[in-house]
Amino acid sequence: MTVIDDGPAPAGLGQPILELLNGFVIELRNAGIPVSLTENLDAMYAIKHIPLEDREAFKYALAATMVKNQNHWKAFETVFEIYFSIRGSEYDLKNQGDNADGDDQENQDDGDGEGEGEGEGPGSGGGGGRQMTPEELAQMLYNALMSGDQGLMRMVAKVSVRRFAGMEPGRPVGGTYYLYRTLRNLDLDGVMAKLMEQAGEQVGGEMTPLEQRLANDEYESRVDQLRKEIEAEIRRRLVADRGVEAMAKTLRKPLPEDVDFMHASREEMVKLRRAIYPLTRKLAVRLQRKRLHGRRGALDFRNTVRHSLSYGGVPAEPKFRRPRPKKPEIMIVADISGSVAAFARFTLHLVYAISGQFSKVRAFVFIDGLDEVTKFFEGTEDIVDAVHRVNTEADVVWVDGHSDYGHAFEVFWERYGKEIGPRTTVLILGDARNNYHSSQSWIIKEIRAKARSVFWLNPEPRSYWDTGDSIVGEYGQYCNGTFECRNLRQLEGFVDNLA
Amino acid sequence: MASRFESVPVVREALGKVDYLADEGIAGVVYLADRLGKPVLVEGPAGTGKTQLAKSVAEILGARLIRLQCYEGLDEAKALYEWNYKKQLLRIQAERNSKESGQSWDEMSDDIFSNEFLMTRPLLEAIRADDRVVLLIDEVDRLEVETEALLLEILSDYQVSIPELGTITAKQIPLVFLTSNNTRELSEALKRRCLFLHIDYPDIERERQIVLNKVPDISEHLADQVARIVRTIRNIELKKAPSVSETLDWANTLVLLGVQNITEAEAVDTLHILLKYQTDIAKAAKELTSTPSKFQKTS
Repeated sequence: MTVIDDGPAPAGLGQPILELLNGFVIELRNAGIPVSLTENLDAMYAIKHIPLEDREAFKYALAATMVKNQNHWKAFETVFEIYFSIRGSEYDLKNQGDNADGDDQENQDDGDGEGEGEGEGPGSGGGGGRQMTPEELAQMLYNALMSGDQGLMRMVAKVSVRRFAGMEPGRPVGGTYYLYRTLRNLDLDGVMAKLMEQAGEQVGGEMTPLEQRLANDEYESRVDQLRKEIEAEIRRRLVADRGVEAMAKTLRKPLPEDVDFMHASREEMVKLRRAIYPLTRKLAVRLQRKRLHGRRGALDFRNTVRHSLSYGGVPAEPKFRRPRPKKPEIMIVADISGSVAAFARFTLHLVYAISGQFSKVRAFVFIDGLDEVTKFFEGTEDIVDAVHRVNTEADVVWVDGHSDYGHAFEVFWERYGKEIGPRTTVLILGDARNNYHSSQSWIIKEIRAKARSVFWLNPEPRSYWDTGDSIVGEYGQYCNGTFECRNLRQLEGFVDNLA
Repeated sequence: MASRFESVPVVREALGKVDYLADEGIAGVVYLADRLGKPVLVEGPAGTGKTQLAKSVAEILGARLIRLQCYEGLDEAKALYEWNYKKQLLRIQAERNSKESGQSWDEMSDDIFSNEFLMTRPLLEAIRADDRVVLLIDEVDRLEVETEALLLEILSDYQVSIPELGTITAKQIPLVFLTSNNTRELSEALKRRCLFLHIDYPDIERERQIVLNKVPDISEHLADQVARIVRTIRNIELKKAPSVSETLDWANTLVLLGVQNITEAEAVDTLHILLKYQTDIAKAAKELTSTPSKFQKTS
């Protein structure tokens, strides 16, 4: 561990806590959260005013001083949970049975994934559950979810992790695998169904859809809470087993703005979708301001000469026309096949969300055929819905549904080539993996000659370009620029410069 | 500096007394702001009580609330201070008329650049106040990036430099709240000087409590239903999720209509109070009246 020297620490803090904080700050920076020197010092002053045993207050003190962006909260929370988790010998994997209860229960992995816990004997959980049968555990789970009791949930989490996760000391995995094993054994779907039935009986008779929906949401949020408890339990054990730094490294995830479009998990996709709306709003405000400020119109010769009369004919005070910046026209041509679909979706979403900044936006999508989808976006406020319709209704398959850039461009040029004018900016989105079809790159050259500019956005890392069947270089030579656009940050940067 | 609050729970309780239900995070940050003498930057969706927080804190401290509403084009003269030109002119004129006094130019300029001719604007006012004040700088994200710099001196040192008068330092450090709707990224310099507090939509417990506190004559059952329906609606992907103030409006409406138990028809009929976009209303209405797919599958 490198030691950071952020100036003198305020007196009155013990050495161990200082060291822990030091590691914590380094990890935050590793995770991409910018923590400046003063912020680090502030945090140290802040925790002096907080009783250390109050974990929640401690957490908020650190967050308020060091995390200044809501999008970074999740990353902060993960690091915090790792560094300041509740510890104790009871979480140690090696002496799993050697805790207060005195059970001698080695719940190590029994072979492959078959650790069902059937007849496995005692799972010692905190208190009451010492000789618990699977039925009792199921009942406890049911009770916990029924009442939403936090303590009970924590206990269920503890017992079930101990029994089902089959954690091995020293195994270098993240928690996901253990989580999966635990959840699989708990049969949460079944419990949900039972809870819903119960809710129905309580009402007496048929529930209205609204009531069903509310009950469903309520239980779902409780199940979610339970899942979090289980995750926390697993994490605590992993930290106890493998140490803080190793765990921090394993669990480190990119910040939302750095998530790769092409490899985003479903959960990350949801987060990205949420992040895009505030982003578009910010962009729109920024572009609007840029348009209004910081631009001067062309020199107004007539006006300057007239004013020069008062200086004896010397044009001392140049006059300018009122700025009337032209809004660019945009044509988006997007590959929506397989792996790059997510990227195309985001870009379409982003560009349409700020379409007020352009005089006209037209969108085309292709795989090996090409279709115009502008109409899906016109007259609807709901961009999410429009993007969805693009994916389901657009006619983009010509032969076999494998990307064929060459043919798609041919169709584009034939049908819409005439409509490209000197104010049109053409954006081409795709990885240029052409499946070894002919490239037809002369079309790009022709487009370039007619359009104001042609940009190519590629969601692949630059180092992969022109490897295998990627021919982005061949197309790129005719474009005004090719850009790597792997995450929201890069996409935002590009769009910002575009308008 | 004498601190204003004893501990985090005290803050929370005091805020509760003026009907502001703070969660652990909010109370903790307010407490720290007082102890560390740092401004608080409050961010979050519209209508979650960011401005109200400053007002409530002022109320429990018995302090005067000084508010600076930010907007595009706000400048020094409106935020910090301004010289009263008219008065200065009058002063000079008066001087000229009474020839015999024979004040020299230096004396004169000292005279017209004195406190008497200074018009204080909110920021300077907060600094110069003798009594307790809470300074609220509202919607700071509406400022241009360049104007933001105006705030920096005040936020870090609690002082204002006036070239003609020198530096005016605060007699007591005021509590400062900045609110932002996050329409643009604030500068690092500003963020660094502040404690950061994100106020999100409240969780279901807190929302129910807020409804119970703020809506007169509402029954426990109705408040519970309101909170749960609002949570469900917030889970749907919408253009604009309902804010706390909209929740309160809705609860008030339901009470006025004499509703005891919300049925689908009533929920759908009054959705336009919670949601402001037609597409959102249609979407939410559809979600609320259809059976959840998961349940259908399992039953």
